[in-house]
Amino acid sequence: MPEIRNMTLNFGPQHPAAHGVLRLVLEMDGEVIERADPHIGLLHRGTEKLAESKPYNQSIGYMDRLDYVSMMCNEHAYVLAIERLLGVEPPLRAQYIRVLFDEITRILNHLMWLGAHGLDIGAMTIFLYCFREREDLMDCYEAVSGTRMHATYYRPGGVYRDLPERMPRYEASKWRSREDVERLNEARRGSLLDFIDDFAARFPACVDEYETLLTDNRIWKQRTVGIAVVSPERALALGFTGPMLRGSGVEWDLRKKQPYAVYERVDFDIPVGVNGDCYDRYLVRVEEMRQSAGIIKQCVAWLRKNPGPVTIEDYKLVSPRREDMKGDMESLIHHFKLFTEGYCVPEGEIYAAVEHPKGEFGIYLISDGANKPYRVKVRASGFAHLAGMDELVKGHMLADVVTTIGTLDIVFGEVDR
Amino acid sequence: MSNPIEQLTARLRERFSDKLSSCVVALGQITIEIRAADVLEICKALRDEPGFAFEQLIDVCGVDYAAYGQADWCTEDASRSGFSRGVDPNAYQEALGERPRFAAVYHLLSVSRNQRLRLRVYAPGDPPRVDSVVEIWAAANWFEREAFDFFGILFEGHPDLRRILTDYGFIGHPFRKDFPLEGNVEVRYDPAKGRVVYQPVTIENRVLVPRVIRRDYPAPRTTESDLR
Repeated sequence: MPEIRNMTLNFGPQHPAAHGVLRLVLEMDGEVIERADPHIGLLHRGTEKLAESKPYNQSIGYMDRLDYVSMMCNEHAYVLAIERLLGVEPPLRAQYIRVLFDEITRILNHLMWLGAHGLDIGAMTIFLYCFREREDLMDCYEAVSGTRMHATYYRPGGVYRDLPERMPRYEASKWRSREDVERLNEARRGSLLDFIDDFAARFPACVDEYETLLTDNRIWKQRTVGIAVVSPERALALGFTGPMLRGSGVEWDLRKKQPYAVYERVDFDIPVGVNGDCYDRYLVRVEEMRQSAGIIKQCVAWLRKNPGPVTIEDYKLVSPRREDMKGDMESLIHHFKLFTEGYCVPEGEIYAAVEHPKGEFGIYLISDGANKPYRVKVRASGFAHLAGMDELVKGHMLADVVTTIGTLDIVFGEVDR
Repeated sequence: MSNPIEQLTARLRERFSDKLSSCVVALGQITIEIRAADVLEICKALRDEPGFAFEQLIDVCGVDYAAYGQADWCTEDASRSGFSRGVDPNAYQEALGERPRFAAVYHLLSVSRNQRLRLRVYAPGDPPRVDSVVEIWAAANWFEREAFDFFGILFEGHPDLRRILTDYGFIGHPFRKDFPLEGNVEVRYDPAKGRVVYQPVTIENRVLVPRVIRRDYPAPRTTESDLR
C-alpha cells in the first residue's frame, strides 16, 4: 500500500478561479485543506504612497482603480473624507445622484460577483445573463462620466456634472442591423433618468431569472450549503463587514446605522442570513440587488422633481464654469490655481466609511494643512475577508477553496492597493 | 450629556484616567492616544467591558510623522526672488519634535453600541515596537503585517510577522517618508541571463505640483477637549 503524506499545493497566481492574482499555498492532507496561506501583493501599486504625492483631486482616479468593479463607491468614501475635513456639504441633488450611482454600482458589483462565482462552481449560463444587465449599467456610467469604468465622477463638493438629458444611442453598422438597433434603442429615446427608470422597472424580473437558475438548483446547493460557515462572533472578530457579516445574521449596514449622503431619506431593507454559509451569502447579495433597484427608483423619482445645482459654488474647490472663464478674470485665476496647485485642506484627521458592495470601505486621511494628503489609508473590506480565508477553508475539500474565494467577493485592486 | 460621543469620552476618561496621553474629539470622531506599554491592557478592556464593547477592529494603519508639516515652498512670507520652479525631491529632512516618528493607528467599531473609536499609539525605539493585538482581535493579523511591511513597525507577539504586500525579498519599508516614490530598484528581463534581473532605478521623480501649506481656510468645526 502506498504511503499517504501531506502535500503542499500551489494555487495560482494565474488561475481563472483566483479572481485576479492570488497565490495560495495549500497544505493538504489528501484532498482536505489543513492550512491555506494566501500570498497577496502581486497587484500592489502603492496607491496610498502615490496619493501622498499628488493634490487631493488627482487621486480620485486612483480610487476607481482600487476595487475596479465598484468604482464610484470607492470614490464616494474618498470624496466624503475630504469634504468632512473641509467642512463642506454638497447640494442635495448631488447627494441623490451619489446614492443613485452607489446603488447602480452595487448592482454592477453583485452582477459581476454572481456571474463569476457561478462560473467558478460550474454554472455557465448565469455569467452570460449577468453580463447582459451589466452592459446597460455600464452605459449609464458612460453617459454620465464619459467612461465605462473609471469614472472620476464624484468630486469634493458634488459631482462632475448633471445627468445628461439625452441617453446615447446605438447606431447601425456593419455588425448591427437596423432592426437590432431599433430594439436596443427602445429604452434610450429619453434622458438618462428615463433609461435608469426603465432599468429599475425591468431588473427585478432579471433577478427572478437568475434565481430560477440557481436558488433551487441541486448542484448549486450542494456546492454552497454548509460551506465556509462563519459564526457571528467569529465574523466580528475577523473584521468581516458587508454581506460577509450579514450572511452570518448580524444586522449591520452603514447605510442604516451610520447614514451618509441621503440614505436616511430612502426606504430599503437589510437582508440577513441565518447559517453564515456560502448559500446564505448568495441569498443576501441577491436580495441586496432587489433592494438597490428599489432605492434607484426612489432616487429617480426625486431627481425628476428637483432640478438644481450639483456642485457647491465655492470656486476654491470646484472649477468655475467654462463660459465664465472666457470673460471673467477671477474665474480664470480660480481655474488656474485649482488645476496647478489644488486646494489646501485644514490640518486634521478623518475616517470616512461607506457601505461598499463588498463591505465597509473606509478612507483614513491625515492632513497637515497642505494641498496633498499627508497619509491616506485605504481600508479595503476584501483585505480583511481574505485574511479570514485560512479559517474558512480549514477542513474543506480543494474544490471548496474555489467556492470560498468566490463567496469572499475579493477583487485584487483593493486587496493589494 | 445626552450626546453618545460625550458619554463615551467621559467613560474613557473615568476608566483609564492617567493612562490616556490625550483624548480629543474632532469632526465627531474620538481619538485617544495611549502609551505603547498599555496597549494590551487597554485594548482588552475596550473589547470586553460592556461600556465599550468594541468587538471589531476595523483597521490598523501605520503612520510616519517624519515629514509632517513640511512644505516645498514657503507660502506665509513673501519671497524676495520669487519661487523657483523646481522642487528638490531629495530635500527630505526629519522634522520631529518630542514625539516618536512612527505611530500605529487603530480604528475600532462597536457593532452593538454603534460607535467608533480611534486609538493612536506612538511606537518608541528603533526599530519601532508595539505589542501585537492579534490575541484580542483576530483581524489584526494582516493589518499588522501590512504596517510592518510598509513602515517597519515590529508588532511584538505577532505569530507570523512576514511581509505581505511587497515583493518576495524586498528591501526597505516603502511607505516611510525617506523612501523615494520611484523606489530603489527596478526589474527587467535579461535576455543574456535568461531571467528577470534587478537593477537600480533609471527613472527620476519629477514633482509637478509642489507641496504647499496655506492656512487661509477657517478651522473646521471642532470641539476640542484636550486633557492637558
